[in-house]
Amino acid sequence: MADVNAKSVLIAPIFQNNPIALQILGICSALAVTTSMSVSLVMALAVIFVTALSSFFVSLIRNHIPSAIRIIVQMTIIASLVIVVDQILKAYAYEMSKQLSVFVGLIITNCIVMGRAEGFAMSNTPGMSFLDGIGNGLGYGFVLLVVGFFRELLGAGSVFGFTILPTVQNGGWYVPNGLLLLPPSAFFIIGLLIWVLRSVNPEQVEVTEFKMKENSKPQEAV
Amino acid sequence: MAQGNNSIKKILIVAFALCIVCSVIVSTAAVALRPTQQLNQELDRKTNILNVARLYEPGMDVEEEFQAQITPRVVELETGEYTDEFDPETFDGFEAARDPATGRTLSGDRDIAGLSRVENYATVYLVGDEENPDQIVLPIRGQGLWGRMMGFLSIEGDGNTIISITYYDHSETPGLGAEVNNPRWQAQWEGKEIYAEEGDLSPAIHLTKGGASNENEVDALSGATLTSNGVTNMLQFWLSEEGFAPYLATFRSGTEPEDAENTETDFEDGEGA
Repeated sequence: MADVNAKSVLIAPIFQNNPIALQILGICSALAVTTSMSVSLVMALAVIFVTALSSFFVSLIRNHIPSAIRIIVQMTIIASLVIVVDQILKAYAYEMSKQLSVFVGLIITNCIVMGRAEGFAMSNTPGMSFLDGIGNGLGYGFVLLVVGFFRELLGAGSVFGFTILPTVQNGGWYVPNGLLLLPPSAFFIIGLLIWVLRSVNPEQVEVTEFKMKENSKPQEAV
Repeated sequence: MAQGNNSIKKILIVAFALCIVCSVIVSTAAVALRPTQQLNQELDRKTNILNVARLYEPGMDVEEEFQAQITPRVVELETGEYTDEFDPETFDGFEAARDPATGRTLSGDRDIAGLSRVENYATVYLVGDEENPDQIVLPIRGQGLWGRMMGFLSIEGDGNTIISITYYDHSETPGLGAEVNNPRWQAQWEGKEIYAEEGDLSPAIHLTKGGASNENEVDALSGATLTSNGVTNMLQFWLSEEGFAPYLATFRSGTEPEDAENTETDFEDGEGA
């Protein structure tokens, strides 16, 4: 981490170094909670909260964490924060917590949170780690909202619950695409999103590790 | 990182201190937020009762409407009589089932809904006049495919005609079993009849594949056979003599509540009717 300054730490993870699109982390929850925009938004806020605070606390005690048990220390901090988020949602956003159900608890296993704690917070100051956590949470939230937008719009004809395309079931003209409400559709949308991001920023494309041999021509085979 | 961090003493101190701090944070959050959470659950339950009774409109004051329109009463299941032994506001059927004084264990062949223990008393919710209610909302629960399903069934004042059914807590597969809460499926229940004949105490209502052909049949959920079986079983149980049949009999004309000792109920008979 050579160039650690507040702006790049906060902004870079959104497009240049997106945790989902470039690092391919946290895909599992991106498939599960993106059926509607409002659920995606709450999930994104929860992950921002957990990533920022866990990075902050891990960084705060990083000089006292014995390397032998560092993963467990990080997990304990993350798990505590997730439980707090879950309790808050149950108290103040009951409907939403019913919809998110187990996926709030599963933030614990979200690779982004763990990845930032281990990869960034262990070797940077608390302030920077906090911003890095927010930045990565925003990057995660950005992908979630994009995926959620297309899935809700094309799968249910609405955005944030407001009808945009009146569906046939409700007397409109739009035949909703049921596939988009199922998890596999998130793969397609994330794939397309990665394609777009890498077309805009060609430097994101990895160096080819091996080159495919050209097909042998018919006359050579004879 | 200093080398001294990895001494056994330091590891133990860090681990112990971390556990203390984290457990204090977690338990503070849990304890401090519990009253709000319980309020939410209560509100959710009342919303569901209003919903199943077709009284719910988005944006209404649930608490106020509930007080105004609905009277909860505790019923002794065996006799079908109201009892004042318990406060209907606080009586919890699920807790009561576990208490030996207010619950009983079901033997294998009678436990069709997979409950293992069942309460002897239950809270019913009456809409309108208490003596001659417009609607009766009954709590039901039973095993679905993945776990316990908790719900409400609303019945008209005749004790036989179904108005609606809803589940407020279940873990069925989204898109298949979870369609129990699809309004289009719920709408099919309206006007269905629980018992085939006057005087019957064993319910005839059940889910069937390939479309309902009479008043006692409801089209099953496609792709969710085990959830549908669970719904049938819990209705068969809760509306039988083990459940609300003696109570509902007091509302049905021309039906005398049978001797409560007679609990041998053949469910297969009722289903074919």
